[in-house]
Amino acid sequence: MRRAVGLGAINKKKLAEAKYKDKGSELAEEQLNQMSKQLDAFRANLEEFAANHRNDIKKNPEFRRHFQEMCATIGVDPLASGKGFWSEMLGVGDFYYEIGVQIIEVCLATQHRNGGLMSLEELLQKVRTTRGRSRQAQDVSLDDVMRAIKKLKCLGNGFVLHRLNDGRFMVQSVPAELNMDHTSVLNTAQGTGHVSIKALQDKLGWQKERSMLVMDRLVQEGLVWVDDQDREGRLYWFPGLFPDT
Amino acid sequence: MDRFEWSDGKLKEGETVIKQQGGVKISDGPEKTNFENGLAQLTHSRLIWRSPQNQQSIVCLHLSLVLFVEEMSDGRGKSPKLVLHLQSPRANQPKGPVYSSQHTHIRLGFKEGGANDFNRCLSEVLARKVWEFAPVSRPANQPRKIHAGIVGIERNLEKQRKETDQNISKAFQDLDKLIGKAKEMVELSKKISTKIKDKQGEISEDETVKFKSYLLSLGINDPVTHETHGKGLKYHEELAKQLVAVLQEPIEENGGMMALTDVFCRVNRARGIELLSPDDLLDACKQFSRLRLPLRLRIFSSGVAVLESISKGEDEKVFEAATLLEEF
Repeated sequence: MRRAVGLGAINKKKLAEAKYKDKGSELAEEQLNQMSKQLDAFRANLEEFAANHRNDIKKNPEFRRHFQEMCATIGVDPLASGKGFWSEMLGVGDFYYEIGVQIIEVCLATQHRNGGLMSLEELLQKVRTTRGRSRQAQDVSLDDVMRAIKKLKCLGNGFVLHRLNDGRFMVQSVPAELNMDHTSVLNTAQGTGHVSIKALQDKLGWQKERSMLVMDRLVQEGLVWVDDQDREGRLYWFPGLFPDT
Repeated sequence: MDRFEWSDGKLKEGETVIKQQGGVKISDGPEKTNFENGLAQLTHSRLIWRSPQNQQSIVCLHLSLVLFVEEMSDGRGKSPKLVLHLQSPRANQPKGPVYSSQHTHIRLGFKEGGANDFNRCLSEVLARKVWEFAPVSRPANQPRKIHAGIVGIERNLEKQRKETDQNISKAFQDLDKLIGKAKEMVELSKKISTKIKDKQGEISEDETVKFKSYLLSLGINDPVTHETHGKGLKYHEELAKQLVAVLQEPIEENGGMMALTDVFCRVNRARGIELLSPDDLLDACKQFSRLRLPLRLRIFSSGVAVLESISKGEDEKVFEAATLLEEF
């Protein structure tokens, strides 16, 4: 019975460890090969699916949304790259990236008026108008626009969705820092489209200084218009909350 | 089993067999019956079972009596069974092989296999409940079908709607299958990614790049491999060079700087098809400095991202202005 001591044993141990290490990297290579094969098989499956259902994705917003949700559950982003399988074979990429371009253009065109803050419904309407009159062009859903906006975030222009108390969404397309106070003001304005310093004091219980600070900031950012014609005092209007003119 | 009725096996008008399977036996709850090894046929409204020996021995079950279906494995290598849970029999239940049964379910055994397929078809038919829409069968001496006029149009629309429904439900099914396959690869990629993280240097750089391209194809975002500085994907390198070729002049004319959203719109409008994703654009721009291209990506503290011309950018302009001032 030999006991594992001495130089011999240490060397043997080192050798064994080295062998295990090699085995480990060999396994990774094998796995890469396996993945490559699986990818080829998957590509064939996807081609078949595309042949049958590519049109369904283009024409049916419900199906499109289901597709997106299923991809999300397994941790796959079909819109990550125009070079991805999903984009190339199903055409989902072109569909959503084009909406992205249209969203940016609409936001740029209206920025001088609303400072970079507009309601999601207004954005959707305007995007549909940009797309033209054909029925197919109109089949863009709210879900489609929201997903396109999420993708635009990484371009650094501050694309963000704000959820108001009544469930509506506002789209911000400029990188202004909107903190909780600003969102509270937005919520207070949502019924009428405007607020006053007094309204903020009454409805939110804020001190005058705090209200002034927040409103000055919003004026600076160009997100509100000042209206001194009302007898009761200065009103601040949010063009982003106007009904569409 | 008392919900079954004797049948002459003839299909009703408009009824078609969606799926059939041989070697099927019916059990009344857990109890065996004589109805073994027959041909089970599934239509939109009924389940018909035909005996192999006796042509007259045919029973059928109206699908409106089926509450739901589940699969039951019989263990010990036996073929799986389908359990059909049934509603209580109707008062006017026509005569069937069994007068009354204490069981509320029947089981179908599939000696020759096909349980899964049959279950899938059965579940689909049950979901659509076509018998609720089925027209009442006409007695023989009514006028012939109306193809023209409002009724004809309505009938066509209804037919189209049903076809679309069928197509869409098939689309959903195909999609679920496809996603299932994608899921396997996501799992595999996670394993590989962990390996790469644990032993940097054991995997060659080429293999890492190969792996990155697989992830790109599938749309998997892997933070471990995504941010590695160094060799990027060939796709992004090529893209970077293309972008510079297209954008250098417009950017210099625009004052040496252009917002990334602006770049995104211009590039995609020019391409028309095979558009770039925002991530593609960003990843390509990140390669500029490594490839020593004359444009650079600059991100301000506010988060705004711009592409800047190296020779005509902000710093250079400031330098130029300062030099000019000094000369005075």
